[in-house]
Amino acid sequence: MSDYAVEALDIVRTFKDGEVRALDGVTLRVARGEVFGLLGPNGSGKTTMIRILSTILKPTSGTATVNGIDVVKHPDAVRRSIGLAGQYATVDENLTGFENLRMIGLLNHMDKSLVVKRAHELLEQFGLSDAANRTTKTYSGGMRRRLDLGAALVASPPLLFLDEPTTGLDPQSRQDLWAIIEGLVEGGVTVLLTTQYLEEADRLAKQLVVLDHGKIIAEGTSQELKTRLGNTVLSVTFANTDDASRGVELIRELSPTPAIIEGTVVDLTVDRGPAVAADVLRRLDGAGITLAGLALREPSLDDVFLNLTGHKAEDITEFLADEAPASRRGRKART
Amino acid sequence: MSLTTAPTLTPSKSNRSSLRWALSDVLTIARRNLLALVRIPTSLVFAVIQPVMFVLLFRYIFGGVIHIPGVDYVNFLIPGILVQTTIFGAVGTAIGLAEDLQRGLIERFRALPMARMAVLGGRTVADLARNVGVVIIITFVGMAVGFRPTGSFVSYIQACLLMLVFAYCISWGFAFVGLAAPNSETAQAMTFPLIFPLTFASSIFVNVPSMPAGCSPLPSTSPSRSAPRRCEGSCSAAPTVPPPG
Repeated sequence: MSDYAVEALDIVRTFKDGEVRALDGVTLRVARGEVFGLLGPNGSGKTTMIRILSTILKPTSGTATVNGIDVVKHPDAVRRSIGLAGQYATVDENLTGFENLRMIGLLNHMDKSLVVKRAHELLEQFGLSDAANRTTKTYSGGMRRRLDLGAALVASPPLLFLDEPTTGLDPQSRQDLWAIIEGLVEGGVTVLLTTQYLEEADRLAKQLVVLDHGKIIAEGTSQELKTRLGNTVLSVTFANTDDASRGVELIRELSPTPAIIEGTVVDLTVDRGPAVAADVLRRLDGAGITLAGLALREPSLDDVFLNLTGHKAEDITEFLADEAPASRRGRKART
Repeated sequence: MSLTTAPTLTPSKSNRSSLRWALSDVLTIARRNLLALVRIPTSLVFAVIQPVMFVLLFRYIFGGVIHIPGVDYVNFLIPGILVQTTIFGAVGTAIGLAEDLQRGLIERFRALPMARMAVLGGRTVADLARNVGVVIIITFVGMAVGFRPTGSFVSYIQACLLMLVFAYCISWGFAFVGLAAPNSETAQAMTFPLIFPLTFASSIFVNVPSMPAGCSPLPSTSPSRSAPRRCEGSCSAAPTVPPPG
């Protein structure tokens, strides 16, 4: 049996007769008991990876084992050892919270009395006891996500796939869900999650892989990625483009990574923000350049992408139409 | 917060128990769809109120001008209404499946160790259960407006069973439409060209010989022509069904 909860080797998945390469040779290994993050913008191949690992989609080439079981050869055994919470909080709107969990439990072929006990346990745990007998139509976005996560946990699987678990949630619900996921990990569950948010990956995931156009462009711990990126982004706004092109030559060398210039705004990724900011002001003041603005901020996913790939995360929206909604895609691919 | 999530893998299953689980999965999905039927008011309207309105419409508004040789019109009408109601009901199957696909629910099912056929099997079994209800309701409403099966009780039950078999086949046809449609709105639109010839352009409400010769090929080959006439035949002691026109 493999030492890894997930081991995927050189996974390729193409769509539209090879025209679109959603995954282009991705290898990843998830150790047991850790939270592993797949970070990337829409269309980078995150969801396709999750769908392959959860046996919904077959890889075009490459092999993957989940809990030591081959996903193509023994999909049914894989399904008995995983929990999946998809991107769209897929609960049945016409059923109550309790009925949703019971349905998933029964479809997991659990004992009836155990299902009922487990459903109540999870509703209690996720703060949904009061809403247990209401149809989920009446649930808020955060409640649906919690129920969706509960559904993935009914059968107590050792491995959870969470596809963008907090996308579209308000900050409070996002915090709640993060706390829940952290609790699960303390309980020994292995989690493979996808996210578009650096903050989320940073908080939850030990190991990270950054995907772009179906390829891994960076991997490591979030600390390693951050160090590579620099801890702070210094955003300098000039009064006009002439000043900007003159000024950037003076301050370019202060950042270990290339400066990113957009109109009159120059972004520098730096390790020690305040010290560099003071340096920037001195240099520009000495050259007689007056600034329109200066700001320090945390690096975002956009910054990661600009640094790693030289293009913005949103630039690859042409893939978006292919990626979502995922369910349609799978059927096309099968026919 | 701590969760007890011991890695408990379900033991693999023998063939016999996998059949048992498949049946259990079908029932779980069927139950889910029946609960939805009860909870979505429009689906209840389509299942119960609409057929009653059609019975009243054709019995009292149009029925007076329709003459079927050798049969009391209400006895001709009720089997036809049954067929129409089951076909209309199957539209809900197409829409429901398209919706499940659209919302990603089927995606979730596909990542579960459940039987693959249970998604469609459960859906059609739920239809079957609904249609049993439809047959009972329409029978009683029919009785109230003068429907009198002339055959024995047993032959009426046989007629109803035939109707249910027909309806079950129709469910699968519409399930196919639901799976082929890109979304639920399109699924609804796609069913229309099917339900129109199957219901209105058929011998559900009038008999084929009354139609112009050019019109008759469609209704006389329609499956919803033979089903109600067969039932009507079973309902009556004597074979009163006119030969295909």
